Amino acid sequence: MSDSILGNAWVYGDNIDTDLLAPGAYMKSTLSELAAHCLEAIDTDFASQVNKGDVIVAGDAFGIGSSREQAAQALVELGVAAVIAKSFARIFYRNALNLGLPVLFCPDLEGIEKGDVIAVDPIKGVVENKTKGQVFTCEPIPAELMAIVNAGGLMPFLKNKFNKQ
Amino acid sequence: MNSANSQAQTLAQKIIAKASGKSSVLPGEIVTCALDMVLMHDSSGPRRVKARLEELGASVFDPSKVVLVSDHFVPATDPESAEILALTRKWASDNQIAHFYDMQGICHVMLPQQGHLKPGMFLVGGDSHSPTGGAFGTFMVGIGATEMTGALATGEIWIKVPETIRINWTGSLPRGCSAKDIMLFLCAQLGMNNNYKVMEFGGDTIRNMSMYERMVLCNMSAELGGKTGIIEADQTTVDWINNTGETAPENALTWVSDDDAKYETVYNFDASELVPQVAAPHSPENTHPIDSFEPIKIHQAYIGACTGAKLSDLRMAAEVLKGRQVAKGTRLLIAPASIKTTNAATKDGTLEILTDAGAIILPTGCGACAGMGAGAIANGENCISSTSRNFKGRMGSPDSNVYLGSPYTVAACAVAGTLADPRDYLSKD
Repeated sequence: MSDSILGNAWVYGDNIDTDLLAPGAYMKSTLSELAAHCLEAIDTDFASQVNKGDVIVAGDAFGIGSSREQAAQALVELGVAAVIAKSFARIFYRNALNLGLPVLFCPDLEGIEKGDVIAVDPIKGVVENKTKGQVFTCEPIPAELMAIVNAGGLMPFLKNKFNKQ
Repeated sequence: MNSANSQAQTLAQKIIAKASGKSSVLPGEIVTCALDMVLMHDSSGPRRVKARLEELGASVFDPSKVVLVSDHFVPATDPESAEILALTRKWASDNQIAHFYDMQGICHVMLPQQGHLKPGMFLVGGDSHSPTGGAFGTFMVGIGATEMTGALATGEIWIKVPETIRINWTGSLPRGCSAKDIMLFLCAQLGMNNNYKVMEFGGDTIRNMSMYERMVLCNMSAELGGKTGIIEADQTTVDWINNTGETAPENALTWVSDDDAKYETVYNFDASELVPQVAAPHSPENTHPIDSFEPIKIHQAYIGACTGAKLSDLRMAAEVLKGRQVAKGTRLLIAPASIKTTNAATKDGTLEILTDAGAIILPTGCGACAGMGAGAIANGENCISSTSRNFKGRMGSPDSNVYLGSPYTVAACAVAGTLADPRDYLSKD
């Protein structure tokens, strides 16, 4: 996993659901087509303007709804480097880590605005708003999951496991 | 471990302990559990796991423990859907999957309908409404496709032992209210962020409920944000299993929480005080009593999905629609949850009542609930639905509005052509 995440913030509120992230009408399309519609119901600029390394900042229950892994995969496809939120829906949280997308619980993210330059250290659980000089403390990813995250996701982790057998 | 051994356990803890080979577990522990069964569907199943399993050089841990259901892209309406379904069939055959139900019903309804769920089982499903299975005294959680690849390859999964929230309901539900109203009410009361918690439903209201209605409670635990929903096994559970042609395990009735089990929170509600509930756009937690709504125009009334198109749901709609007509300018779409549901509703006369009223019967499947099948709604349209989610754009245009209600309420709205109170359309008893 990348040890230096640095990008611009895209700021959203509570309950960003999986239908917003991966709209059902595009679920049978290719990943790149689906990703082009990511969040379009609430932000028509996001999919076309997000840059590699950018960070999503959100409120409670990010990723609530469906188990569709494409909700996290669309963000990876678009180059999102991390999601930091007050809380995550549990299936989304596991999906994201399984795909190697760092997701961090941060109880306080007050003051971060769209476009702010954000640095994330997912191992230490530290988020820095370089634009405003703020530092936020997040919950570190549990040790049991770090093995998966460090491997780059569940697939590389499983490959190691099966190769050893 | 002695202190843990002496602790009273919730039902969820007991099942996790069994699946992880321990005598007891404590909330917060991370344990690896053996899977008694795995549920997959055509959207998150073979099309997402086939290549990954091949990449790992792994095969399915036990094809007799896999239930695969084609329910999302059914029936195929375009070449892409047809390819997904063809791939699903081929994978089922190549991997000798023991239980493959091709277009026979929605996975969460097929699992209990075919008698697969037995108290004490630990299961995962590749769908967020997998908590439905908890109605049968099982522990069943939803997972994504990479996780499913791991589950299929290894036959196990890690979980963090959750805390349990106990939700007691006592008293009789008033006429026109159902399990759906209970869940919409709870979405408003408890919010949708009860993450990592098990929602255990109990009390005499639940004990007196049919399995169909109990399934709604556990199904919509997903909307509460819970890890899963669960209901202790009782004679109603055992009778259901035995009626499917399967046999309930001898120890079925032991799958209950200990009397002094420790709950994170205990809520107590009086069912007799409930009134029909409606969730306004665009979230289930935006729920209010029906009598607080203006009679806004309804363009489409939809009865469908795992949450709201079982035989019991069709019968509720029929109670309202008997001898009445769907309003001009409103369309009522009904997608029964399984072929067996359609068959039973044909034999008992329910379907005749629905179609006499002008209902349009759609193919069985997840349909418009997931924005994938027939019944999408247009810009500016209002839909009342017996499904579980009304997120922005979920059923069609991002500028459409979805309201959620019970089958009684959806049927009443179809007749009125506006949001309407089902109690005005039902006899008093």
